[in-house]
Amino acid sequence: MREPVLTEAALLHTPLHALHLELGARMVPFAGYAMPVQFPAGILAEHRHTRTQASLFDVSHMGQAQLRGAGAAAALESLVPADVAGLGLGRQRYTFFTNDAGGILDDLMVANPGERLFLVVNAARKAHDFALLKQRCDMEVLADRALLALQGPAAASVMARLAPDAAALAFLSLAEVAIEGIPCLVSRSGYTGEDGFEISVAAGRAEELARALLAQGEVRPAGLGARDSLRLEAGLCLYGHDIDETTTPVEAGLGWAIPSVRRRGGARAGGFPGAAVILDQLERGAARKRVGILPEGRAPLREGTTLEDSAGGIAGTLTSGGFGATLDQPVAMGYVRADCAAPGSVLRAMVRGKPRACRVTTLPFVPHRYHRGPRP
Amino acid sequence: MSTIRMTEDHEWIRIDADGSGTVGITHYAQEQLGDIVFVELPEIGRRLRKGEDAAVIESVKAAAECRAPVSGTVTEVNAALADEPGTVNRDPTGAGWFFKLKLDDPKELDALMDEAAYGSKLAK
Repeated sequence: MREPVLTEAALLHTPLHALHLELGARMVPFAGYAMPVQFPAGILAEHRHTRTQASLFDVSHMGQAQLRGAGAAAALESLVPADVAGLGLGRQRYTFFTNDAGGILDDLMVANPGERLFLVVNAARKAHDFALLKQRCDMEVLADRALLALQGPAAASVMARLAPDAAALAFLSLAEVAIEGIPCLVSRSGYTGEDGFEISVAAGRAEELARALLAQGEVRPAGLGARDSLRLEAGLCLYGHDIDETTTPVEAGLGWAIPSVRRRGGARAGGFPGAAVILDQLERGAARKRVGILPEGRAPLREGTTLEDSAGGIAGTLTSGGFGATLDQPVAMGYVRADCAAPGSVLRAMVRGKPRACRVTTLPFVPHRYHRGPRP
Repeated sequence: MSTIRMTEDHEWIRIDADGSGTVGITHYAQEQLGDIVFVELPEIGRRLRKGEDAAVIESVKAAAECRAPVSGTVTEVNAALADEPGTVNRDPTGAGWFFKLKLDDPKELDALMDEAAYGSKLAK
């Protein structure tokens, strides 16, 4: 881990800290914050509850910022390969900051709530990202805002009860909506593979909002442990693990997030760091690829485990691994050589000196259930 | 009456009437690990030295080792944990036991904590 070891006293608290303690959370240091890794129900139960009902996650440690000015979209497009200029009012997209080698500096969500761009970046990278943005953009860090995620198949019916306008949003849309009279910026998005919402709210009203959501019968609190196992089953990347400065978007299977307008032949082709490398790889493919790995047996395979091919050659490395509570079996992902990346390829993981068979599979492990709304 | 002893690393060993020892992890240990999803048990007949890694506990969060509290030979393992690893969370000092040992030297037990000493260690 990159984060320095901090003493309890040095950790930052989110606006929901007192509520977490009241709910019996086990707090752990994460990216400089004291964060709930689990509540008394435990990670497996929180994971399964999210897949069947709805869970409330505190993700206030993540960085929120807004960009203003006529040149904001163009400035951001010089750092990311997304179509920011074409981002319609009330729409949101996933993208990443790239470096000159085509590696990924961080992944982020960018949205157009009107007259500004709203960004959410990873907690461990926010200082880096904000410094990067400041060089090119009129940026304001929204340090006094909390971020809550309501995730699960019951999230929509909960939202319909509290804020019908938010419940009407389609996947990757956002709007300013009052929930129980509390002004919020709500987007239909998340990090679990389920339908759900991410809610940006003033820090001073975050606890009131969290209590209103937790008062709904379907909703229970969930911690970072379940968030991690849910996103792994959903095949979503965790920055610093599955993607980093040494992995390109094409290797990571994130080429879908680079629209044709930024590709060769597009109206605004390239123009982001590492464009030559990334656009080449989009056309010719990469030498390695991020894939899902299903281990044989019940023992999870962990990050860092080396994968071998049948001849004993190095096929790749796992970047995430754990237990998929929905599938009730271990799941992992990692990078393998392109010639080993076909679904069904059988590889060998060395665990405590013993070989374990595992199989390459497509991602996600659990199908996404986003609310995409009617297609045009 | 059976005797139970605890290690600094949160394993327990209970000495049965026939002098054999049953080994597991404490309530505190299972609580720290969180939901346990797999336990890799030692082979029957394996000789274990005191402090040697004997079993691997995989929780949703991480892997941890269970060390042999004393030296001895593995005579039995709790095969039921293969299908129900969560038993370790629910009943760590009962149905969630890991393996049984034929002790080399019962005097090694003297270096371990009794329940009262372990309780006051946790309270610190």
